[in-house]
Amino acid sequence: MKMVYLDNNATTQIADEVREAIIPFLTDLWGNPSSMHTFGGQIKKYVETAREQVAALIGAADPREITFTSCGSESNNLAIRGGAEAMDKPPHVITSKVEHAAVSGPCHYLEDRGFRLTKLDVDGKGRLDVETLRREVKAGKSLTSIMWANNETGMIFPVGLIGEMVHEFGGIFHTDGVQAVGKIPMKISELPIDMLSLSGHKLHAPKGVGALYIRRGTKVKPLVLGGHQERGRRAGTENVPYIVGLGVACDLAAKHMDEENSRVKAMRDRLETGILETCPGARLNGDTEGRLSNTTNISFDYIEGEAILLMLDDRGICASTGSACASGSLEPSHVLRAMQVGGMSVHGSIRFSFSTYNTDADVDAVLTELPKIVQRLRELSPFV
Amino acid sequence: MWDYTDKVNEYFRNPHNAGKVENPDGEGQVGSLACGDALKLMFKLDDEGRISEAKFQTFGCASAIASSSALTDMIIGKTIEEAEQLTNKDIVDYLGGLPKQKVHCSVMGREALEAAIYNYRTGKKWDKQVEGEVICHCFGVTDKEIEQVVRENDVTTVEELTNACKAGGGCGNCIPDLESMIQRFSAEGVAEETGAARPMTNLQKIHLIEEVIDREIRPALRQDGGDLELVDVDGDTVKVRFRGACSGCVVSAITLKDVVEARLKDNVSPDVVVEEVK
Repeated sequence: MKMVYLDNNATTQIADEVREAIIPFLTDLWGNPSSMHTFGGQIKKYVETAREQVAALIGAADPREITFTSCGSESNNLAIRGGAEAMDKPPHVITSKVEHAAVSGPCHYLEDRGFRLTKLDVDGKGRLDVETLRREVKAGKSLTSIMWANNETGMIFPVGLIGEMVHEFGGIFHTDGVQAVGKIPMKISELPIDMLSLSGHKLHAPKGVGALYIRRGTKVKPLVLGGHQERGRRAGTENVPYIVGLGVACDLAAKHMDEENSRVKAMRDRLETGILETCPGARLNGDTEGRLSNTTNISFDYIEGEAILLMLDDRGICASTGSACASGSLEPSHVLRAMQVGGMSVHGSIRFSFSTYNTDADVDAVLTELPKIVQRLRELSPFV
Repeated sequence: MWDYTDKVNEYFRNPHNAGKVENPDGEGQVGSLACGDALKLMFKLDDEGRISEAKFQTFGCASAIASSSALTDMIIGKTIEEAEQLTNKDIVDYLGGLPKQKVHCSVMGREALEAAIYNYRTGKKWDKQVEGEVICHCFGVTDKEIEQVVRENDVTTVEELTNACKAGGGCGNCIPDLESMIQRFSAEGVAEETGAARPMTNLQKIHLIEEVIDREIRPALRQDGGDLELVDVDGDTVKVRFRGACSGCVVSAITLKDVVEARLKDNVSPDVVVEEVK
């Protein structure tokens, strides 16, 4: 059975080019870039090339604005905890109710330590309540962290507008760009964004590498102490192989973004339309406008997400669900709850997320199998 | 990824007895869409009073579907009296185990069975709220259910309780109550087993009397528009005043002895005497 992988917002396949670029650093080029001798010291230039490649993808003015980390979560922690603690006075921390746990976690950490925390609502289509933000940013300097694109629904937030509001009152703006980088064309140097997190494994590099863009002049207190690496912002010998891999992955994403986005979008739209037409009680979570081109999140009334997911899995189809049962918690997805998705559909959501490696045959497979699964589970349900 | 047993996987993928029973003798539904799982259980009896047909409809995850289907297989061929001996642990054991976060699926099965048997016996729809006081408002779990789950599953922590019946898994406001209930019910369990019930202090006795009134007596009186309040406790003499429809009711003396005193004798001490204060 051929696998149909439609869970690319969770993680992505490592690109062949990335894997090939990494291998020399696992075999011959194993030196420490901080060494004085040639064998080690020569490695430094590869790290710096990768830094330039990352800077180029996001449109940073200077590669020195890129700090390599171990993952997107570390980048978010460094930006939020390190950013708040470096400000003159404890800032008002502002975030949204639909952030990834790697943002809400450090925000709550700050709240526990006496920082004031405000979490903004979204509407039924997952769009941010910008008017409340406009009021909240006025109450003293803020450290605002709002994601660029939502991992569950793909909804894109107006980061330019948010940054302007935050800056008008002297605050700092961080955005979690883990789902956006490589999918949305961006020139960060021209945007009112002070910090941007990104993750390697969401754009065809391996797990275990990420980066934080820190605009020149923005102060951040390091979380990992004890070394000069990354200009003192993140101690620890560099993960050279994966940093090189991240650089190559950024290079690939930059080259193919426009072309791939239109192809991916066409597949996503065909899948979405097909499901909404063929499955009874199916409804879209989120909006058709202002959304990542690779993501669709659909709820099926009166049936439960984990059951759908396992039956898809039996047919080799990988997707994900916001159902409570699948996560081991009892509450369904915080994103769908923030969107006030109703009781009969909040437990039955399925997310399909595409990448460049998907094909039309993948869409066909889901459109063949999913209606049968939905019908089977609806026959079992007491509510239909 | 859950580590389901082969039996759970098999029951989920090829469930037995899915669907409806025509003209069932007993039918019960528990859970709700909002809670994320629900189960409707129906059965029919043969001439000898044994369950000849049992079917289920389930909204829920793989383990909820598997627990429901396994339950129908387990009760077919049993009498009502035999079936009502089943506990949620029996369902878990039958399936070769469930992940601990999924134990509540088996509790839902046991509750649906209870509801269906209640419906068979009374002709009425089972309403668990009557059977106690709701402690966890997020998932509508009553003190009665919590007590049963704690006793049947040897629950010692709130986490185990949440896994078994969801109580405490939402906003978390009831967690302090759950902690004290677990302590009380598991301590009582031990005391019963060793036969070493300690004599109560007067304060403990008053607390227990109030609790029994709240849990066992008041809901019954309220169904008829009545109520009562605890006025005083003097040794084994408990003084109460009737309220609402009970005050002035011609059978309030019977209510006093047959309901109030009987319940307190069962739950507090066999020496309790109840007096009405006008």
